Amino acid sequence: MIDKRLLGQLDVKLVALVITLIAIGIINLYSATVNLAGVGLPFYQRQLWWLGIGVVIGLLVFLVDYHYFEEFAYPFYFLSLLCIVCVLIYGMVVGGAQRWIKIGLFTFQPSELMKIALIFVLAHHFAKYTGRDGYRLRDLLIPAIITIIPVGLIAKQPDLGTALVLFFVFLSTVIFVKIRFRSLLILLMVVILATPFFWAGLKDYQRTRILTFLNPNMDPLGAGYHIIQSKIAVGSGGIWGKGYLHGTQCKLQFLPEHHTDFVFAVLGEEWGFVGCGVVLALYLTLILWGLNTSVRAKDRYGALLAFGITAMLFFHVVVNVGMVLGIMPVVGLPLPFLSYGGSSIIVTLMGIGILLNVRARRYMF
Amino acid sequence: MDIRRREPEEFKARYKYLVFAAVVVFLIIFVRLWYLQVIKEHEFRLLSENNRIRLRKISAVRGMIMDRKGRILADNRPSFNVMVMPEDVDDLQGLTKRLSRFLHLSASKIEGKIRDRNRPPFQPIKIKGDISWREMSLLKTNRLDLPGVQISIEPIRTYPHGKVAAHILGYVGEIDKEELKSKKGYKMGDCVGKCGVEWAWEGHLRGIDGGRQVEVDAVGKEVRVLREVPPIPGHNLYLTIDLDLQRYAEKLLSERAGAIIAMDPTTGEILAFCSSPSFQPSLFAKGISVKEWEELVSSPLHPLQNRGIQGLYPPGSVFKIVTAAAGLEEGVITPRTILYCSGIYHVGRRGYQCWRRGGHGAVDLHRGLVESCDIFFYQVGERLGVEKLSRYAEGFGLGRPTGIDLKGEKSGLIPTAEWKKDRLGEPWYAGETVSMAIGQGYLLVTPLQLLNLISSIANGGRVLKPQIAKRVEDVDGNVLEEYRPKQIGRLPISQRTLNEIKEALVDVVRDKRGTGRAARLAGVEIAGKTGTAQVIRLRGTGRRLKPEEVPYEWRDHAWFVAYAPASDPEIAVVVLIEHGGHGGAAAAPIAGKMIKKYLDLKQGGG
Repeated sequence: MIDKRLLGQLDVKLVALVITLIAIGIINLYSATVNLAGVGLPFYQRQLWWLGIGVVIGLLVFLVDYHYFEEFAYPFYFLSLLCIVCVLIYGMVVGGAQRWIKIGLFTFQPSELMKIALIFVLAHHFAKYTGRDGYRLRDLLIPAIITIIPVGLIAKQPDLGTALVLFFVFLSTVIFVKIRFRSLLILLMVVILATPFFWAGLKDYQRTRILTFLNPNMDPLGAGYHIIQSKIAVGSGGIWGKGYLHGTQCKLQFLPEHHTDFVFAVLGEEWGFVGCGVVLALYLTLILWGLNTSVRAKDRYGALLAFGITAMLFFHVVVNVGMVLGIMPVVGLPLPFLSYGGSSIIVTLMGIGILLNVRARRYMF
Repeated sequence: MDIRRREPEEFKARYKYLVFAAVVVFLIIFVRLWYLQVIKEHEFRLLSENNRIRLRKISAVRGMIMDRKGRILADNRPSFNVMVMPEDVDDLQGLTKRLSRFLHLSASKIEGKIRDRNRPPFQPIKIKGDISWREMSLLKTNRLDLPGVQISIEPIRTYPHGKVAAHILGYVGEIDKEELKSKKGYKMGDCVGKCGVEWAWEGHLRGIDGGRQVEVDAVGKEVRVLREVPPIPGHNLYLTIDLDLQRYAEKLLSERAGAIIAMDPTTGEILAFCSSPSFQPSLFAKGISVKEWEELVSSPLHPLQNRGIQGLYPPGSVFKIVTAAAGLEEGVITPRTILYCSGIYHVGRRGYQCWRRGGHGAVDLHRGLVESCDIFFYQVGERLGVEKLSRYAEGFGLGRPTGIDLKGEKSGLIPTAEWKKDRLGEPWYAGETVSMAIGQGYLLVTPLQLLNLISSIANGGRVLKPQIAKRVEDVDGNVLEEYRPKQIGRLPISQRTLNEIKEALVDVVRDKRGTGRAARLAGVEIAGKTGTAQVIRLRGTGRRLKPEEVPYEWRDHAWFVAYAPASDPEIAVVVLIEHGGHGGAAAAPIAGKMIKKYLDLKQGGG
């Protein structure tokens, strides 16, 4: 199961990239929360604890050959589904949304786990098929059902962001495995036609958020105000930024979630265009590295795993940064490595573990 | 070789497109970043200094509270508040000096408020609320010397009838730290219902605050309004209270401590709810001063207490209704059972007296209730035992809140042997059962519980939830909620028992020897029951003292519960006069007047 040659195959460059992003995340989080009174440990220290847990989990995921995970794909998926249902029924109500489940001292969001579970199940499903000239729509029925069930349940919680991540993972995987052009067109039509029903099923505040994104004037006191303040924070950073710990905008509570979803605004204000550019370049490198890992994987299953993880990371980064910069709706997705939050860190590092796993076993039989 | 081995090659075809797509998306983000941070840098930097874009709250107007006929009980008027934004102030000392002169506040007090550490940054602080026109014009003329000072206009709660129905209406005040933690969607400085219906219907009355996104200059003056969301006014609440009857009840009590509550026994709607002494609810809306608060709290008569639901008293002889019902239902007496009253009754070595020294002689249930013979009920109680008595007391709705939608309703107390063992570590004595049978001892009830009890008798045994609100309407008059009668239980007695009791209650008022004859009215038959609740057992003289001969706080509480017309009840009343003496003398006439007023109003008002 664990090969001695494995360590030799560890992708040091990817590890270095991840460590760099983690370090930037902690440094930035320290600044973001320096004025924020919390209960118990300071936020950055709590984040360090989560990182510790995440690294251990990521390492375990790396060490076990990813082929062993394949048979656990469905059990893992149904377990996550069960947890989500439990959250809907028993979960504690936090901020009006039922996302958390409490196990002892920890609260975690099973919807985060579902991201990984769905990637495993989809990879497992598409790895078996070897059709040459692309998938037809009827071949997509099962994966679509597999995706829609958790998407619906999570959107009901309501956690729009995570539901969109799952949907994006499904959509990009379908494109990746090659779908017939005609089928793709029909699929797009279906999505467009389903939009009104999706719209009708949204909660009022979610609709407001999307409408606010399209027209921030609609809610100038809520989301519209956040977008403006976030733009002011980033914009006032200028080329070189106001300097580390010298940001004013973000620390003054104008951005209510400046240590979680809006943490990029802190970076933008203090490190300016240069800092943001570097961090975005690092993210882009990570995404391209992930795609590269995918096409160079030993087999279809590995390629699909790596691709799913990459798609998930890509969506998180693009939607979160786009939101902070005012070009994406305020859907509430954390920025990998930078946002505060245990569930996000653990899932991100699990993903990195999978990428390293697939990459390390390229040449191994 | 693994058949899957060859497969990944086919992904290569799409690899380059995916790389291209990812790079393009990131390029868009880079361009956006460039636009915000390089092209627009100057503009955003200006906006970020002093946080030039601010949110100003526009408070929603709180919904009005009306009586059942639409007469206003709680309203709003504009008030002017002096606010300071410390971030806009350069010379704090100079400012506090000037402000203290204009506003007649000590400079140290103003400085203390401005230096509050718990304040979130860029939140204005209220220095003085509801300032006078004189103060306002002083501030306006000296505006240029007062950087960072704003005058905000806020609606403030007023109660046009002063103290009338204060305990029902409750009051509003600034939200405190505890409430901020437990309630969602509130900010510091928000106004919130603290008790009464202002508290209970807070969600409806509150409305939704609007706001203005404004751009300000370096001293905090508004340069322009960027965006504005108008506030949505709160909903209007119609109570079941009749203002005329309410005012009359308050007049009847004047400043005497006590409570009068009237209810429609067929629906459970409260028609008047008066707890005395009362207070000015508008004091709290302004922000009550320490001195005013201490005056209210230290007053020996506790004006803030809502005696109707929070005052606990022994029910006295009113409880004989329960004892009578239990006796009939359990078969320990029949309507024809005759018991003898000699004026004193011995349980063990102790003698228990009847209120009438000479005794009533041979007494049946009817006469026992009409003349409120203690010894008759001592014996019924003794035959029943404490467990059965307390079970029936529970069945009559005592010992638990009635469920009225007001804050802080007390349960009262029905003692049992078990309770006494737990609480006092002592066994139950037979003499205590005897006391309990006439509503003394550990028994404690609220006036509203007794009203609900008599109301259930009046309406044929249905226990209703006392309703205080009739309906909620939005500003345009659309009815959002309508409160219907709600039955929450049934008296645990048969129709025959009920009729037996009702007949006796009529004679309490009608019979020339009835204890409640002072409530008698011409032209309408009233049923009722008196109660005289002992506060302290007076020893020594053996003579029954007149109220005036006893120190105030030792005098008995006077009770009267009644309903009318006896054949087809429309109104039920409870009157409690704290330390008022005999129920028949102090409380019964008041109940009679209330019923008369109700009937007059009905005729006059159509």
